[in-house]
Amino acid sequence: MADILGADVDEEGFLVNLKDWTEEIAVEMAKGDEIELSKEHWDVINFLRNYFEEYQIAPAVRVLTKAIGKQFGKEKGNSKYLYSLFPYGPGKQGCRFAGLPKPTGCI
Amino acid sequence: MAAKEFDIPVLPTYLEIPEIKEGIMEGDGPFKSSEEFQNPLGFPGEKVDNWQEVAIEKMGELKSKYRSVQVFLDSCVKCGACTDKCHYFLGSSDPKNMPVARQDLFRSVYRRHFTFAGKYFPKLVGAKELDDKMLDDWYNYFHQCSQCRRCSVFCPYGIDTAEISMAAREVLDAVGVGQKYCNQILGKAITIGNNLGLPEPALRDTLLDLEEEIEEETGIAIKYPLDVKGAEILLITPSADFFAEPHIDGLIGYGKVFHEDGVSWTMSSYASEGANFGMFIGSYDIMRKAALRIRKAALDLEVSRVIVGECGHAWRVAYSFWNTLIGVGAGATDEFGLKLQNQLDSRYPQPQHIIEYTHDLIQRNILKFDKSANDDRIVTFHDSCNVARATNMGGIPNGQFILPREVIKAVCNNYVDMERSTIKEATFCCGAGAGLLTDDLMEIRIKGAMPRMQALKEVEKSDGVNTLVAICAICKSQFSKVLPKFDFDPYMIVSAHQLVSEAIIMKKPQTDDSAAQIAEEVTE
Repeated sequence: MADILGADVDEEGFLVNLKDWTEEIAVEMAKGDEIELSKEHWDVINFLRNYFEEYQIAPAVRVLTKAIGKQFGKEKGNSKYLYSLFPYGPGKQGCRFAGLPKPTGCI
Repeated sequence: MAAKEFDIPVLPTYLEIPEIKEGIMEGDGPFKSSEEFQNPLGFPGEKVDNWQEVAIEKMGELKSKYRSVQVFLDSCVKCGACTDKCHYFLGSSDPKNMPVARQDLFRSVYRRHFTFAGKYFPKLVGAKELDDKMLDDWYNYFHQCSQCRRCSVFCPYGIDTAEISMAAREVLDAVGVGQKYCNQILGKAITIGNNLGLPEPALRDTLLDLEEEIEEETGIAIKYPLDVKGAEILLITPSADFFAEPHIDGLIGYGKVFHEDGVSWTMSSYASEGANFGMFIGSYDIMRKAALRIRKAALDLEVSRVIVGECGHAWRVAYSFWNTLIGVGAGATDEFGLKLQNQLDSRYPQPQHIIEYTHDLIQRNILKFDKSANDDRIVTFHDSCNVARATNMGGIPNGQFILPREVIKAVCNNYVDMERSTIKEATFCCGAGAGLLTDDLMEIRIKGAMPRMQALKEVEKSDGVNTLVAICAICKSQFSKVLPKFDFDPYMIVSAHQLVSEAIIMKKPQTDDSAAQIAEEVTE
């Protein structure tokens, strides 16, 4: 099994044990995707982690965009903005960096 | 995670039979399921030691259990009518993606073990051993089939590749070689109640959020009720409708329609999924297990109607299987199935598709629309394979083609169909059905989308089409991913009920007085 900084990840690069997550792992994962994490990235990652802690699942895209818009300014409350941060999708790439499991289903 | 490099197909002016490229789609197939996802479904966690024995035994079992499978395996005469009908073959050029060749992967082993000629003169009849290479080919190529059944429309014997594909996947699961995407999802569906693994508090919160947003936007308090006992209608919709874009705008549309009708409705946190991947992996037992949650929810909530949201194979499972599976419709035989059957109101179709429901309200003039709200759109409709080739709507011949189009035309002014040979019963699959909607199958998804994209490009050029409507969660997700690969706007894919939502003129809900008045008029 592959690992990132000693933490096991599955074939899609998601953490196997969610409690292994550290900020360094997020930075390392982003590096692998040629992304340097900015404050804006961290705002989203932290939101994802908090939401997950409360609900045990990643937020719906609509919930995420709305919440980001509310907290960080209306111009950021849309999926275009989130895709600019996470080109492979805020759901999938964002969740991976945040140490959340991959959302599954017809999405 | 370096993905394999591949060429994105160039859209041809006319769809032509491609020159064969042998082996171009060879590979390991999608990610395999691990013990963690196999065991909850009752499948071995890894490839079992005596896998050949187990596989042949399973084939024998399937052959006797499903007579259709045996008929399909026996009756092919290699006429070739199906060869150029598969979107995966047209998009990939791999000859093993010709439906007959795909079937033959399974058929050749069937012949070796279950036919006289194949047992004694295998070479004469193309009978083959089930060896490692063959099993690998099964895994790879039966996960390049979306079970869309376009080929079966053109087969003079009516051979249904989908059933063979389902059987092959069932054998694969039995020997411990399952697909991660499907089986992980099924595990969530049968324990949590939906494919996402969305627990009740998250679902409730998401729906509240949605209510808030709609009220801000429209000034009307449209509700998205959850677990309301005694509601008239139970809505079973794909969980993608709660979670993904553009799906959620369709859910907004359903809510507005229910609101306008003034009917009481609810969703269930216990059965919050319309999709049923049990069908994709060919397992009747698991399909039933997933569906039983819906039966329990319907009984517990004491509803009198069950309506299905925009999901292709959900409608197939509901329309074709729910009657005997869980007692929605006629034909249940067990105690709880009969109980539900008696509980549901027989004056309505059971189950009913949300399109049928909306269509009926339009026919009865209950919904009012401002069609000009969609005037910026020139719309075409993608018939989803399972709806088109395995179901009906409205109880009239071809209703599954007629009703969605009539709903769309009732809410927008500009509608055109794509080329006739690519729609209705001959519709091209979106490219991601039957468990292929996963990132690790992106190559076959993009290649398989080519025929649909080609037809779409044509109407974009001729009529300026800028909106593609689908009534399937998989189609919607697949299109938002692949459209940009073919130079389309990814946001052009929308739900039918998103168009409804945009055009609907909301009035005050009907009061009890007027309902009573109507009742009086009817009795007079």
